[in-house]
Amino acid sequence: MLRTALRNVFAHKARLAMTTLAVMLGVAFVSGTLVFGDTVAQAFRDASSRNLQGVAVSVTAEYVPGDDRDEDEEGRRTALTSDLADEIRALPGVASVHPTVNGSATLADKDGNPLNVEYSWQNLATNYAADEADGQDSRFPITAGRGPAAEDEIALADRTADESGYRIGDTVRFATDGPALEKTLVGTVSTDDPRVNAGGSLVLFDTPTAQQLFLHDGQFDELLVSSTPGTDEETLTAEIRDLLPAEGAEATSGAQLAEDQARQITEATRAMTQMLLIFAGIALFVGVFIIANTFSMLIAQRSREVALMRAVGATRRQVVRSVLVEATLLGLVASVAGFAIGLGIATGMRPLLNAGGAGLPDGSLVVSTGALLWSLVVGVGVTVFAAWLPARKAAKIPPVEALSTVDQAPPARSMTIRNGLGGAVTGVGVLVMLNVHRLDSGDEGDFMIAMFGSVILLIGVIMLAPLLSRPLVSLAGWFTTRLFGANGKLATENALRNPRRTAATASALMIGLTLITGLSVAGTSTEKAIEKGAVEGLTADYKVSIREGLDTELGDRVENVPGVADTAALVTAPLDLNGEFATITGADPAQLRNVADVTYTSGSPDAVGPGRVAISEDLAERAGLSHGDTVDAELGGDSDAQEQRLTIVGVYQENRAIDGALGTLDQVMPHSSSDTYDSVYVKAESGQAAGLDLDIRQALDNSPLLQVQTREEITQEEAGGIADLLNMIYGLLGMSVLIAVLGVVNTLAMSVFERTREIGLLRAIGLDRTDIRQMVRLESVVICLFGAVLGIGLGTFIAWASGNLTKSSLATYETVLPWVSLRLFLLTALAIGVLAAIWPARRAARLNMLQSINAQ
Amino acid sequence: MYRHPAATGPVHTVAAAEATQLSKVYGEGETRVVALDGVSVGFARGRFTAIMGPSGSGKSTLMHCMAGLDAITTGSARIGDTELSTLGDRQLTKLRRESVGFVFQAFNLLPTLTALENITLPMTIARRRPDRQWLDTIVDTVGLSGRLSHRPAQLSGGQQQRVAVARALASRPEIIFADEPTGNLDSRSGAEILGFLSDSVRELGQTVVMVTHDPVAAAYADRVVFLSDGRLTDELLGPTAESVLDRMGLFKAKDRTT
Repeated sequence: MLRTALRNVFAHKARLAMTTLAVMLGVAFVSGTLVFGDTVAQAFRDASSRNLQGVAVSVTAEYVPGDDRDEDEEGRRTALTSDLADEIRALPGVASVHPTVNGSATLADKDGNPLNVEYSWQNLATNYAADEADGQDSRFPITAGRGPAAEDEIALADRTADESGYRIGDTVRFATDGPALEKTLVGTVSTDDPRVNAGGSLVLFDTPTAQQLFLHDGQFDELLVSSTPGTDEETLTAEIRDLLPAEGAEATSGAQLAEDQARQITEATRAMTQMLLIFAGIALFVGVFIIANTFSMLIAQRSREVALMRAVGATRRQVVRSVLVEATLLGLVASVAGFAIGLGIATGMRPLLNAGGAGLPDGSLVVSTGALLWSLVVGVGVTVFAAWLPARKAAKIPPVEALSTVDQAPPARSMTIRNGLGGAVTGVGVLVMLNVHRLDSGDEGDFMIAMFGSVILLIGVIMLAPLLSRPLVSLAGWFTTRLFGANGKLATENALRNPRRTAATASALMIGLTLITGLSVAGTSTEKAIEKGAVEGLTADYKVSIREGLDTELGDRVENVPGVADTAALVTAPLDLNGEFATITGADPAQLRNVADVTYTSGSPDAVGPGRVAISEDLAERAGLSHGDTVDAELGGDSDAQEQRLTIVGVYQENRAIDGALGTLDQVMPHSSSDTYDSVYVKAESGQAAGLDLDIRQALDNSPLLQVQTREEITQEEAGGIADLLNMIYGLLGMSVLIAVLGVVNTLAMSVFERTREIGLLRAIGLDRTDIRQMVRLESVVICLFGAVLGIGLGTFIAWASGNLTKSSLATYETVLPWVSLRLFLLTALAIGVLAAIWPARRAARLNMLQSINAQ
Repeated sequence: MYRHPAATGPVHTVAAAEATQLSKVYGEGETRVVALDGVSVGFARGRFTAIMGPSGSGKSTLMHCMAGLDAITTGSARIGDTELSTLGDRQLTKLRRESVGFVFQAFNLLPTLTALENITLPMTIARRRPDRQWLDTIVDTVGLSGRLSHRPAQLSGGQQQRVAVARALASRPEIIFADEPTGNLDSRSGAEILGFLSDSVRELGQTVVMVTHDPVAAAYADRVVFLSDGRLTDELLGPTAESVLDRMGLFKAKDRTT
């Protein structure tokens, strides 16, 4: 039996080519993901252990939330002092203590433009802690110049220096929280920090300067302790722990630290790997259709052969086994090849992602046995699973078929059961999704129901696809016949001939397109909703803000800028109203009116004052409050929240400027997490809006952290990520579509092979080679369009039905059909049809007419 | 070259198809096989001609070459006034579509099309509207009236072959080539098909050339040409099954003596 299976594989290698390719690509995706995940995790672990090299104990400051609020002075306080550092330094076994201060600083580049201000948390700042022995900081090897040693000196990571265009000796402009500062660049250093490689920046100050900027004199965020050889890390950690104050500091051994980091890295990369594996799984699922199709066709072609084997004594079980062995061999060969391609993918992925700014560390490829085994198991498993049904079909071929001399197609099996079951499953799917459409809570359970409904619906439609193929393909045929005459008519008839095969081929394409369309509709709708919501009700021309908080003194300067008509400063604080969490915005109601259009359904902003607030309709509904109610509320963060009695004096429609609730500036400011403005909205005098942003920047010391955004920029900032996300997902789903294309090629090639005699006959009675090519091409296009129409329809329906789940968290959400994209998907399907037909059509056209007519 | 028998039908002076010194060689070097060796033969318009010969004699090759299905090595083949040897694939296809009808031994029909669609297929391909009246005449003649909407799988072998004959006749081609049209049929169905073919010649003025190895089938023709080893060896006018058998016997005897 093994020999028969082997012979079969080799005899049909041309016909198995597309199937092999499909399995191969799926496995390549899986193995590429696994190997890439392992490699990245290892590289991160290496980088982290490089960072931790020589660290025996790390003492970190613990921040009690709200702690710094009790201080009147600016800046944070920590329990790590120079005295503590000295005490630790005096312990036996301690080689050195490296005290560090951590903060953030955003640069203006040499031309004055802020560098990476949107992601300012990636803009690191720390102290250059020169070692007493050699005057160097071992964490940051100097690449040029020297380390900063005075208050007016600064060093940059060489990457940061390159990006900002500064050279040694230049005056560097930057900001840490508000106003712009200037210092002289004295050196550049190299760093392994992934955040810097991912597009962030790194600024180094001398220790006293860093302390002044981010902490207080003589205080640190972390003490890195290295030990002399032969010292036990755990003992040293315990000794240090004894020196620490009861609260506010924590000592961790280097080994523990390495372990923690490794665990975090593993978790982070696992999340990435799992996401990629989902897409790989979809690609493999699509592959199942192609494999099943191929084996069905091979078995149909071989039915006499199988019957003969049965006649000479092979049992059904042996027939099944023979087919499965064939599938195993195919799966194995394809998986090994796929694994090799996967290694290539894994190698190419890092430079590709880094080009996009992912900042992954270098490291050699890590190929684990697990990755290899999983790839093989998945590849072979999927192939055997997909071949199992056709194998059982083969076993049912009666031995007597070997004796039949009439070359007749086996009678089409009844599809009543399949259609009935498919109809029922589709019905359930549609009902679930219609129910989802009525849900609006948007909690996780509802999303699970939506996912479940979508999957059920997809499975139902896959089952129903053969039934649906007749009306839809016939409709397409009406057009092709009119446009292409006999070729179109024949193409349609060919596509209709084997509904199962056409359906399976189209389903493979449908799956990818359903997902792509669904995400596209949801993504576009979300994008539109955000765009609409971002500036809805906002009449201001500019929004002035600093992510870390806009200093009130700076903020107050805005109204004096020439050309500015009105301003409104906003401050925000957490609010707990009857157990519902929201944000309360503090603003002067009179000023607010000039920059935002707020519609009050009851009450008015004029009534807002001490103890009197207005709330949004949504919050009113959630908290069960209405105009005139008085309620005990909590204002402020967790630790320093204060209970207050608030009277609701107004209810307004949702507005982005004042999310949740509105109070006065004075009322909210004390409960804000920092004593700064959240933002200042600016309305320009008429005709003065253009270019006003530069004037505002100038008036506010042009701090690199300062963001002066136009309405377009506000929109862009909020909605910009969605397009990128969609493009990434299209890319990941592209593999599924590619495999589906292979399926189309496969089906067409098999069809051409099966219909050799027909093609010969058609050539004899008057179709020329061009006609034959066109006939095959049209069949391909019809199949692809069938899959596309199903996929686009299904994807749109699912996105529409799930729309309200998003609406719950995004009030302006409405299902918007991205017509341009949908048309593009349809055209892509058309193009896929044409492309997939190239090779099969050429084969068909090249068939020798006389040999074809006489072929058996 | 043409010795037209006075016995049957009107005299035609123009051949519907004609081969002159037609040769067909397959392969090269050691595998070189001469299938046709300078055959010159004409098929008169409005006549039913049978080509006979033992297997490997080149009778099918002659038909393929003259019908524009296969390329000619040397010599010439004409259908009406058209010289086939100079035509490219596209022109040959057009010629077959417009001027030639075919009936093959088996597998004449497309399984996806109904009987009527199969009959009108050459015209559909040519984007020509079928002549309704003529179509009815043909359908009546071959007795398919009630079965036009059936698909081939629902028809018997004989009925399928009748559809093939109807298809060949429907576009009123210059000439119909039939390759062993009764080879797969029982004798009754075979007799019917042969009857239709000869009726089409006598009543509709169609020109038919049929390749066969069956003397009984050949007897339906007006004229039988005999081929052996790629050469034209003999011909017989107004054949009967007996006279054809006699001639065949002669060949065999001659073969044995040489």
